[in-house]
Amino acid sequence: MSHNAPSDRPPLSALARRNARVGLICALGLTGMLGAAYAAVPLYKAFCQLTGFDGTIRKAEAAPSQVLQRNLTIRFDANVRDMPWTFRPSQVSQEVRIGATGLAFYKVTNYGKTAITGRASYNVVPEQAGAYFQKLECFCFNDQTIQPGQTVEFPVVYFVDPEYATDFETKGKGEVTLSYTFFPVESRQAKAIATPSPIGGAAKAGL
Amino acid sequence: MAYAAAAHDDTDHKPGFFTRWFLSTNHKDIGTLYIIFAILAGIVGGALSGLIRWELAAPGVQIFAEGSSVSLMGLVEQSSHGYNAVVTAHALIMIFFMVMPAMIGGFGNWFVPIMIGAPDMAFPRMNNISFWLLVAAAVLLVMSMFTDGGPGIGFGGGWTIYPPLSTSGHTGPAMDLAIFALHLAGASSILGAINFITTIFNMRAPGMTIHRMPLFVWSVLITAFLLLLALPVLAGAITMLLTDRNFGTHFFDPAGGGDPVMFQHLFWFFGHPEVYILILPGFGMISQIVSTFSRKPVFGYLAMAYAMVAIGFVGFLVWAHHMYTVGMGINLRAYFVAATMVIAVPTGVKIFSWIATMWGGSIDFKTPMLWSIGFIFLFTVGGVTGVVLANAGIDYSLHDTYYVVAHFHYVLSLGAVFAIFAGFYYWFEKMWGVKYNEFLGAAHFWIMFVGVNIVFFPQHFLGLQGMPRRYVDYPEGFAYWNYVSSVGYVITVVGVVVFLAVLVEAAIRRRKAEANPWGEGATTLEWTLPSPPPFHQFNEPPVIGPDHH
Repeated sequence: MSHNAPSDRPPLSALARRNARVGLICALGLTGMLGAAYAAVPLYKAFCQLTGFDGTIRKAEAAPSQVLQRNLTIRFDANVRDMPWTFRPSQVSQEVRIGATGLAFYKVTNYGKTAITGRASYNVVPEQAGAYFQKLECFCFNDQTIQPGQTVEFPVVYFVDPEYATDFETKGKGEVTLSYTFFPVESRQAKAIATPSPIGGAAKAGL
Repeated sequence: MAYAAAAHDDTDHKPGFFTRWFLSTNHKDIGTLYIIFAILAGIVGGALSGLIRWELAAPGVQIFAEGSSVSLMGLVEQSSHGYNAVVTAHALIMIFFMVMPAMIGGFGNWFVPIMIGAPDMAFPRMNNISFWLLVAAAVLLVMSMFTDGGPGIGFGGGWTIYPPLSTSGHTGPAMDLAIFALHLAGASSILGAINFITTIFNMRAPGMTIHRMPLFVWSVLITAFLLLLALPVLAGAITMLLTDRNFGTHFFDPAGGGDPVMFQHLFWFFGHPEVYILILPGFGMISQIVSTFSRKPVFGYLAMAYAMVAIGFVGFLVWAHHMYTVGMGINLRAYFVAATMVIAVPTGVKIFSWIATMWGGSIDFKTPMLWSIGFIFLFTVGGVTGVVLANAGIDYSLHDTYYVVAHFHYVLSLGAVFAIFAGFYYWFEKMWGVKYNEFLGAAHFWIMFVGVNIVFFPQHFLGLQGMPRRYVDYPEGFAYWNYVSSVGYVITVVGVVVFLAVLVEAAIRRRKAEANPWGEGATTLEWTLPSPPPFHQFNEPPVIGPDHH
């Protein structure tokens, strides 16, 4: 059938045209839902950042003005995935008044033969504390490059928002654990070199 | 190329074998293809569950162990991964290649156009594409079962394909093939859904208003909407898995700022509507059958229709009840508990309306009615355990135990499958043009009914005692009820053999079918046509009066 010649099909009937319209609307709905699935990625991230959902902790601009009498125990945890680094908190735990600013240190040593850049992801448990555990300064805000054999001590400046003591989900909980995991930034190349650690990798990362 | 409309004038002119079955655009032939496909897939999926029950019949690892007879035949890998791969394949085959093709592709294609007085589906050639995409998907899934998965042959991460087990946990190509299989099966279902929606909206006969449509048509319409809205989300999620695995994205990898829990949200946003997709057409069929064999119109027609709409709608708002244990806040869990329990209300409307339809009716216990009453009983049992599991507090200890396995097999394996058999016997004469043997049909029902209850009821006890899902082995203390469950499987296999005997007997004896074997209770349009219906029906649309449905 050449392009110039008029089609020898009969023109579309009224029913066929109505069918095409409904089919098209359905296709739009389908595309919309596919888009919504991808839109869920930034939306979920924004939602977690905004509400501290699922233990996401947020970057704060200023310390709170109010300091409560009550103490909280903050525990520190550190993990690395697929990197020749040791990464440890310099203290096991700290007692901090709710609303007061705390200062903790983490120590990283690169035992590899080359400089490696890592990125830390972080989480708090109980998950509900994520809304109130905030950081003023943290090595996790930027990628960190460590030279071979170098040891670096990173400070973390944090506080627990006084609302922690009034929220019914958190007020009974006296302990908060802050956990970091360092990942290699060029994770794909690193993965190809390192032996794959299928299930254990995720478990070690404390997911 | 001349337009070949003239060839369709003769209503019973059938094309040659290859054209008729491989290039088919006829809704009844495509429906038949779907049903044959579903029966074959059901036998494969059932055989896989046989491997599971065989392994679990006694503590210790038997058939997935080094040197076992089954593994020597090369059927399974000799490892606990082999067991996980079998569990995964069983689930995917039963969901995507047995229940969905049977209910939507099979009965939906066969009877939705006839019940609304239409000559065919709105997009007949797209209908053909839907079917053959499904075949391609099945081929990919079977390939995946025999391809390197990473930890062993095949993908063993369960039908929920959670990362990181489905990304860094399975580095081999088996998971990629499974993803492609799901893509194609999803595309097939979406095209089918668009076809059904268009057909039902545009091609109803004069007088067949929305509120006069048979409930089976209603159920397929709602199912089609659920498919259209839920499957693209699965397609998106598994595409993200695919790019996470192969192209360095980090949607679900915390190393790049992703979150594996987000996959669970996306998956269950699809997954919960999916379980209603599996059961809603069954609801529709059961409504037709109960009404036919009680010789009464269905009780509360509008309530029945809108109960399904409500179930479909609320089904999109309850997904996180599958993931109470990921660490959600108590308020969020409370919402999902409440929303989940709300679904029991429209479901209860349906159960009680079926009972009210039977109440005072002149009930005829023919084989389809036996299956329907069996369905109502089993679905109610599964629904009650569902209300138990909806409670986040209880679910904390029952999550991923055999209690959950028993629950969803009562509503799906027993509920959906019993509905499929009910519909199969109900429309047997209509579809195949021959009668089945009533005694064999009833025997099939009773053997299956006893068998599946013995398989799945003890699994409630195992779950309450804390036996987890998806493990190849278990401690001595769980041995007794596991043995009983496996005995039930053997009884069920006998039932399936009787089913095959029904088919063979009917094919040999070839008793001539009647247009309407069920009498005055069968009021829908398919019973006004001969059995089997002519190759093209309703070229002159029937006119439907106001007292229809």
